[in-house]
Amino acid sequence: MKRFLYTMVLVAGFVCAAGLAAEKPPGPSPPLGLPPVPYPKENPQTPEKIALGEKLFNDTRFSTTGEVSCATCHAVEKAFTDSPLSVSEGIDKLTGTRNAPTVINAVYFETMFWDGRSPSLEDQSLHPFTNPVEMGLADHQPILDIVRTDPDYVKRFKSVFGKTGDAITMTEVTQAIAAFERTQVAGNSPFDRYYFAGEANALSEQQKRGFDLFVNQGRCVSCHVVEQTQALFTDNRFHNVGVGINDIQGEVPELAGEFLKAQATASEVNVKVLTDKRTSELGRFAVTRGFDDLGSFKTPTLRNIAVTAPYMHDGSLAKLRDVMVHYNNGGVTKEGDPVNDFLSGGIRPLNLTDEQIDDLVTFMEALTSPEYAHLAGKTGSN
Amino acid sequence: MRGFRTTRRDFIKTAGALTAVGALPVSMVELAFADSQNNFTFAYISDAHIQQIKGAKFVRNWDRGLIRAVAETNLLQPKPDFVVFGGDLAQLGKKEELDHGLEMLSKLNYKFHCVMGEHDYYYDLGKYWSELFGPHYYSWDHKGVHFVTLNSILTSDEWTFNRWPTDEQRMLEMAGLDNPNGSPFMVGEKQRAWLRKDLEKVKRNTPVVVFSHSPIQKIYKGWNFWTDDAEEVQALLRPFPDATVVYGHVHQIQYNQIRNITFSSVMATAWPWPYPQSYAQAESHLPKLTVQMNRADPFFERDATGWQFINMESGRVAMNYNLYNNTDRTVAFNRKTGHPEDSVYQAADRRIAPQIHY
Repeated sequence: MKRFLYTMVLVAGFVCAAGLAAEKPPGPSPPLGLPPVPYPKENPQTPEKIALGEKLFNDTRFSTTGEVSCATCHAVEKAFTDSPLSVSEGIDKLTGTRNAPTVINAVYFETMFWDGRSPSLEDQSLHPFTNPVEMGLADHQPILDIVRTDPDYVKRFKSVFGKTGDAITMTEVTQAIAAFERTQVAGNSPFDRYYFAGEANALSEQQKRGFDLFVNQGRCVSCHVVEQTQALFTDNRFHNVGVGINDIQGEVPELAGEFLKAQATASEVNVKVLTDKRTSELGRFAVTRGFDDLGSFKTPTLRNIAVTAPYMHDGSLAKLRDVMVHYNNGGVTKEGDPVNDFLSGGIRPLNLTDEQIDDLVTFMEALTSPEYAHLAGKTGSN
Repeated sequence: MRGFRTTRRDFIKTAGALTAVGALPVSMVELAFADSQNNFTFAYISDAHIQQIKGAKFVRNWDRGLIRAVAETNLLQPKPDFVVFGGDLAQLGKKEELDHGLEMLSKLNYKFHCVMGEHDYYYDLGKYWSELFGPHYYSWDHKGVHFVTLNSILTSDEWTFNRWPTDEQRMLEMAGLDNPNGSPFMVGEKQRAWLRKDLEKVKRNTPVVVFSHSPIQKIYKGWNFWTDDAEEVQALLRPFPDATVVYGHVHQIQYNQIRNITFSSVMATAWPWPYPQSYAQAESHLPKLTVQMNRADPFFERDATGWQFINMESGRVAMNYNLYNNTDRTVAFNRKTGHPEDSVYQAADRRIAPQIHY
C-alpha cells in the first residue's frame, strides 16, 4: 500500500510536469543507472534551501559538546560515512550500535535507518540530535534558539521559507537538511556504463564474471535489485542475514519478550536500539514486533560500497571479501557456527569458490561513482 | 507477517473476551463457555518432512522450517497451553529422521502432542514413532474441550502387509503423488470402534476437536487428500454440535463445513503443495510434483510455508496462520453463518482470482 501511494505521488509529479508544456521534471536529470529523484510535494527543492540544508548539516553547534554535526558521521570526504569506524561516535566519543550508512542515494530508500523506523529523510534527521550517544540534546530547543537568532540563519530562513522567530520550527530545519541530502545522488559507475549505456569495455572480464555470479549463483540480485533501466541495488526490504543476531541467539526470547509485552514508543525505540547492543540486534522487530523481522535489517544499496567500509549494520565485517564469505557460508561469518533460528529463507550456502568470491568483490568495485573514485583503496575494503 | 501483528495485538487486547476474527462483531458470537477463563490458545506445527541425505546430513531447507516454527512458537505471548505436531515429522520414516525431528521439537517450551503421518508410518508401521511419541491414537480433555488424536493414514491390510517386498518400497509407494500403486487412507474399523467408545462418555454439548493427518473428508484421491471411511468417522462426530477436525498433510490452507463438523487444515513447515519446479540455483530435494504451479521461484525458501496458533474460543477454532514473508491469515468459525470464514478473503469481491492452468 505504501509502495502504491508512493507511486501515486510520483505519477502525480509527472502529470504536473507534463502540464507545464513538456518542461523537465524538477532538479537535474538523474545520473546513469538511477531513476528520477522523488521530491515530496510539501518540500520542493530550491538552490537556497539546499545551501541552507548543507550549512545545517555541517553545524556542530547542534550538539551538547559543540563538536558533532551530521557530517561527523556522514563526512563528504569519506563518501558520507565515518569509515573506517564500525559503529558511529557521537558526543564525548560515545559509540552507538550501528554503522553509519552513506547519505549518497539515501533519497531512494522508502524508509530510513537500518531498521526502517523512520519514514522519510525529513523525519530521520530529527532523531540523531536528541539521541544520547549521537548529538545528545535533551530536546530540539537549542537548535531552534540558534536558527531563530543567528543572523545568517535568520536571513536564510526568511529567504527560503519566508519565516522568522517562532515561526521557524524543526519542520523547516529538517526540510532544509533533507533538501540538501536529496542532492547527494551518484550513479554513472563503470557498471552503469556497461549495463545501461552498452559500453562493453567498462567492466573487466573478472568484473563481468562477478556480475554473472551476482545475478545467478550468488543470488545477490534478489535483494540488491538491478532492473532494466535502473539499479538501486536494494529491495527496500528487511532481512535476517545472520549478522548481529547470531551473537544473541540465547537471549532472543527474553529480549523479544520485553517488546511483545509492552509496546515501546518511537523515541524509546530510537534510544534503546542505539544504546543497547543486544536490543539493537533484534533489528526491525523492535519497530514492528513481527516475528518475520527478528534480526532483520534494511537491504543497503551497493553503490559506492567499495569506498564505505566496514560493512553490515554493525560494521562487523571489515572487508568486502568477509561479506562474501559470510553469505557463502549461508549466513554465518565463521563456517560451522550455528545458524540463527530466524534466518531469512533466502540465505543459504552458495558453494562459491575462492576465485568466484574474488570475482564478486571485483564486481563490487565497479559500482563506485566517478565522484568518489578517488577514495578507492583508502578504506581497506578489499 | 504484517497481518499477524494486528491479529496478535487485538488478540492480546481482547484475550478472555473475544478473539480477533477480522470484522466479526462481538454481538454475533454466542459464547458457549460462561466462564471466559476456559478460552485458551494452542499452537500447531505440521509436516516438517525431516529428510536424511546421508549420515548426519539432512536437507537443510526442511530443518530450517521446523527450527524456525519451534523458535517462533516459543516466543508467543500469551503462552499457548500446548503444541500439536500434525504428522510427517520424517520424510521416509527412518529412525534418524524421527530422532533428528524430535531433537528439534524438544526445544519447544511447551507440552506437545503428536499426530501420525504416512511418512512417519509406512517404513516400520509406526514402531519407532511409538517409542518416541507413544500411542497412535488417544484422547484427552483440556479446559472443557475433548481432544482426539486419530491415526487416519492407515490403509488395507493387503496393501500394507502383503504387497511390497521391502519396507523401503512400501514407504516410497505411499509417498508418491498420483501413484497408481498407492492406496487411499482410512481410519479403519478398529479405531472407529475405539472412537465410538471414547465419545460415548463425552457429554453432547462438549466441544470435540479431532486431530488427524489426512483430512477426514474426501478432497482429491490422487494425492490422498482423502480418507476412505470419512463418512463413518463423521457420523461418529454427528451428535456433537461443536465438532472440529484439524488436519495436516495438504500443505495448504483449506477449510470446509460438513453438517456439524468444521474442517481446517494447517500449513507445512517444509514446502507447500503445489509448487513450481523452483528452488532454482541449488540442488532441490523437493518431491516430484505431478502438477506444476505456474509461478516463478519466490527466492525465499520459507515461501508459502508456516505454522499456526489457534484460539479455542467458545469451543470453536480460530486458526491464525503465521506465514513467512507474507500476509498472515485467520480462518475462524462464524456462529452466525455456521461455517469457517477467512477474515480477509471471505467477501467475493476480495477473493484472489484462481490461477489459470495452461
